[in-house]
Amino acid sequence: MHFDAANLLPILPEIAVLLTAAIVLVVDLYIDERHREVIHGLTLIGLVVAIALTGVVGGGATELVFAGNVVRDPLADLLKGAILVVSLLVFIYARPWLRDRGMLVGEFYMLGLFSILGMLVMVAANSFVTVYLGLELLALSLYALVAFDRDSSRGAEAAMKYFVLGALGSGMLLYGISMVYGATGSVEFGAVAEALATQGMENKVLVFGLVFMVIGIGFKFGAVPFHMWLPDVYEGAPTPVVLLLGSAPKIAAFGLAIRLLVDGLGSLQADWQGMLLILAVLSIGLGNVVAIAQRNIKRMLAYSTISHVGFIFLGLLAGTEQGYAAAMFYTITYAVMATGAFGILIILSRKGFDAERIEDLKGLNERDSWYAAMMALVMFSMAGVPPLVGFMGKLLVLEAVVRIGFVWLAVVAVIFSIIGAFYYLRVVRYIYFDKPEEDAPALASSGGVRVAMSLNGLALLALGVFPATLLALCQSVFGA
Amino acid sequence: MLENYLPILIFILVGILVGVGSLGLGYLLGPRRPDQEKDSPYECGFEAFENARLKFDVRYYLVAILFILFDLEIAFLFPWAVVLDDLGVFAFWSMVIFLGILVVGFIYEWKKGALEWE
Repeated sequence: MHFDAANLLPILPEIAVLLTAAIVLVVDLYIDERHREVIHGLTLIGLVVAIALTGVVGGGATELVFAGNVVRDPLADLLKGAILVVSLLVFIYARPWLRDRGMLVGEFYMLGLFSILGMLVMVAANSFVTVYLGLELLALSLYALVAFDRDSSRGAEAAMKYFVLGALGSGMLLYGISMVYGATGSVEFGAVAEALATQGMENKVLVFGLVFMVIGIGFKFGAVPFHMWLPDVYEGAPTPVVLLLGSAPKIAAFGLAIRLLVDGLGSLQADWQGMLLILAVLSIGLGNVVAIAQRNIKRMLAYSTISHVGFIFLGLLAGTEQGYAAAMFYTITYAVMATGAFGILIILSRKGFDAERIEDLKGLNERDSWYAAMMALVMFSMAGVPPLVGFMGKLLVLEAVVRIGFVWLAVVAVIFSIIGAFYYLRVVRYIYFDKPEEDAPALASSGGVRVAMSLNGLALLALGVFPATLLALCQSVFGA
Repeated sequence: MLENYLPILIFILVGILVGVGSLGLGYLLGPRRPDQEKDSPYECGFEAFENARLKFDVRYYLVAILFILFDLEIAFLFPWAVVLDDLGVFAFWSMVIFLGILVVGFIYEWKKGALEWE
């Protein structure tokens, strides 16, 4: 069989992440306990190299490699870049937490890197098989990471739940894939789309396949009614793992949805639009309302995630280039917001104490006014207050929905985000208008974390005021 | 458009019927005459002589998992070795990369003491 080494060029970022994971694992075995933090540095270097490689091999026309199983197009480039940048922040925030609890070990970094590798494979997939391969690599690493604190029974419970429901979701997706394969005779997106264009929706098997696939995507996103695992996993998992789990995988899940629904089943748009509509309305409604009742901030953010997923689906279901670009903008900026929110929770934690209740944020302004400002930016942005980027994202998505004539849908979304604003603003109230608890010590955090958090928080402001660059990138991906 | 989904509704109904129906039929039609012997737990016909919740050595599990990993590796290697002549250099290097990744895992488990029984 002839093989062209040029095939390897588009997957250089993936190769860099894989090599980093292998190096971290081996170095961790032979390194002295005192120099453990070297693996942290190695991981960061590996990620920066991967970002650079994404930039170097990115751009230009779409390339299909590995017999059409892997694609390098503007969508893959942009999503890979976003995933890697968010992951870089995740590892920077996670380090103090891990160090304080003696968990700064190679396994955390190795599993984290493998999950990132899975995300990269997912967004660069051009066939059902590759998509599934990436999805499983991501999911299996995350199952193990959720149970990373081995002595925590809550963590084990969360991991078990996540594993069982995640496996169910993967099974649904696989079932759907097998049916679409049966109906079209191919697993490659291009060929599937071609077959669908000629035969249409006449084949009943296709309907089944599509339904199962949408359910699988719903599970992976955590959209209502497939959201049950999300709050429990967020609550039970160690905070750095929630940080990893709640940010970059959303970008990868967006890639998954676009690859499957638009690249593969684009001609069935009229059919999946209705399904996504139901998922979106339920997610926005239930997520925002139930979040109000939460006292645990990790659970609250889990329900907030669910409502944001609803907004991402709104952009997707519009089915226009503008809608996809808006959903992409929303997903990427949401990942940045989620990183900031969980990053602050890690900063608030210390040895023997995890910030979990909303009350733990009380008087943050008096303890550290800069971090308080950053958390306020994140919360305002999630609530959709202008001029922050959360507002911009919501505006773009709603505009796309209104353009296709679903004005009522936009109204519903706006009403529920106003309800949702309540619980975000409650957090801000705790930060600024309440006294800190008596025994709360000063926040100890290293310079690196402070710089990263400042960049993270200010990025929300900057992207909100100057959204044009990122938006233009997102639009160019879909040729709008 | 909605009638397209009729088969799925039927599918769900049949699924529920098969699941609930068989249990329900047993419940309605089966005779129920419980007595002490029938309700007491037993092991393969004997009376229970141990608690079912006993601690299970995780090492067996570890060995089983490692066995599956390297067993599968052999399952890949055999067909590859048979047709290597036809596949050429590409297949050779693909396998070398695969084995290289596997060796990293092997170093890890060896160093972590997963291969030592005691």
